[in-house]
Amino acid sequence: MSNLIESFGDFTGFWMVLGQVGLFTLVLLLSIAFLLLLDRKIWAAVMMRKGPNVVGPFGLLQSFADFGKFLLKEIVIPAGANKTVFILAPILTCTLSFVAWAAIPVAPGTVSGTSWVVSNLNVGVLYLFAISSLGVYGIIMGGWASNSKYPFLGALRSAAQMVSYEVSIGFIIVTVILLSGSMNLSVIVENQAGGFWNWHAFSLQYFPLIFVMFPMFVMFFISALAETNRPPFDLPEAESELVAGYQVEYGSTPYLLFMLGEYLNIVLMCAMMTVLFLGGWHGPFALGDAVQDWPPLLLSLSGLFWFMVKILFFFFMFAMVKAIVPRYRYDQLMRLGWKIFLPTSLAAVLIVAGYVVYTGVQS
Amino acid sequence: MLHQLGALRALAVYAFWILATIVVLSAVMVIAARNPVHSVLFLILAFFTSAGLLVLIGAEFLAMLLVVVYVGAVAVLFLFVVMMLDVDFVELKQGFLSYLPFGLLVGAVFLAEIVLASFAGLESHVSTFDASPGAATNAEAIGQVMYTQYMLLFQMAGIILLVAMIGAIVLTLRHRPGVKRQSVAKQTSRRRSDAFELKDPSSGQGI
Repeated sequence: MSNLIESFGDFTGFWMVLGQVGLFTLVLLLSIAFLLLLDRKIWAAVMMRKGPNVVGPFGLLQSFADFGKFLLKEIVIPAGANKTVFILAPILTCTLSFVAWAAIPVAPGTVSGTSWVVSNLNVGVLYLFAISSLGVYGIIMGGWASNSKYPFLGALRSAAQMVSYEVSIGFIIVTVILLSGSMNLSVIVENQAGGFWNWHAFSLQYFPLIFVMFPMFVMFFISALAETNRPPFDLPEAESELVAGYQVEYGSTPYLLFMLGEYLNIVLMCAMMTVLFLGGWHGPFALGDAVQDWPPLLLSLSGLFWFMVKILFFFFMFAMVKAIVPRYRYDQLMRLGWKIFLPTSLAAVLIVAGYVVYTGVQS
Repeated sequence: MLHQLGALRALAVYAFWILATIVVLSAVMVIAARNPVHSVLFLILAFFTSAGLLVLIGAEFLAMLLVVVYVGAVAVLFLFVVMMLDVDFVELKQGFLSYLPFGLLVGAVFLAEIVLASFAGLESHVSTFDASPGAATNAEAIGQVMYTQYMLLFQMAGIILLVAMIGAIVLTLRHRPGVKRQSVAKQTSRRRSDAFELKDPSSGQGI
């Protein structure tokens, strides 16, 4: 709230924020349409298929055709379902995954010290963590309200799974917070300026910590897979056991909302990894004085370019994992989360905290 | 400039009334809802909206913690348990009237305390409320006192939680004989050569 007042002392700021929200929503929706296609194309290429190639050139318009089909179908609500919760669940999932984007800084601002972000929160990391921890409700509510067995099993699995992996995600985030000394996402990104070796994933400016931070980066990626219910951790919707898990009874627009929320969450996780570990909007090399005379808008746009490239890289990794890795067994999933990731990330927090106190990089 | 700030403050006041209304209504619905799962969902709404109220007074760190801990973890477990229970809704409501006077009494005492405290503190504290005293952000303000001034209380709270956790495990842990268990070491040390063998049978021979 205080940020809002400071940055827009003017009441027209309200309309500016509204405009930014609209812009974010529009860009996200459009990119999701093409990312969905990309996902399917990568998956197809790994299996030596062609993938969707009928609608539009190279199948580019496939997602829009699917969108139209989803919207025009009849909404079927099962007779025994709890109607309100049944309808509320996909809306909640979709809304939450949009809301989280408010705190993601996508590019440096045209005025130095600012960034392109809807709300530059002081507790940005915690905000993202809080919103992503709410994502489980959409799944539990959907699974329970369907009032049938497969969705319920899927919902129970997902509740346990997402709560488990949130714990290790939390500790991994703490290591990044310790290094950058702030929970503001823009400050975290600025802390990684000056070339790719300064990114938190490599953190050569805190030299020996690369042996802690790089494993943390990999663990965050794996936990992100579990948190978004992607293969190899897609047990909540494991189609060979639970048909489609919590989404079995859904069709038409509610299903569309579930799928939209799921993909938005995946892209959000990609953005989180970009911001926390891969230097956000910073390019791989610091250009320093060479770009001093560039107009600030061009610098912002180049920042936006790098941000998008990194998100695409992570999305590609997500798609490749989906295509290549077989599904985990449920006890293996729980073991990985509680017995391996939790102690390792806890040890990493201790090591990084010790390093920060010993070298005094934050004081 | 001044009247523009005033407009924003008015916005904050409207936001307060909207959020406060939602908190009170959802809190009433927690006890009034017929279905226990709906009760938990209303409880979650109440938690979440309370976090909104905390943001409104500038305590954004506490607000986020409230969402992460209560909404993201505690309430999930509530929902988890309530969903799995096979509850008879009619039977559940039968004790309602007999407990009502007691509940009303507790509620009245709470209300009296809140009214008393807010009238007593109205002049001294409310006007000078600062969500992050002596620091830039309230995360830093909490960090400055948590491990120094309140070290003992903080550690004690931790130990109480640990004891509660160990107690729950001790109460529910049973060692049943004859249960088939997964041996992870055995599974991960399994190699390709242990699992299968390639044969090249000649035609008409079989293996």
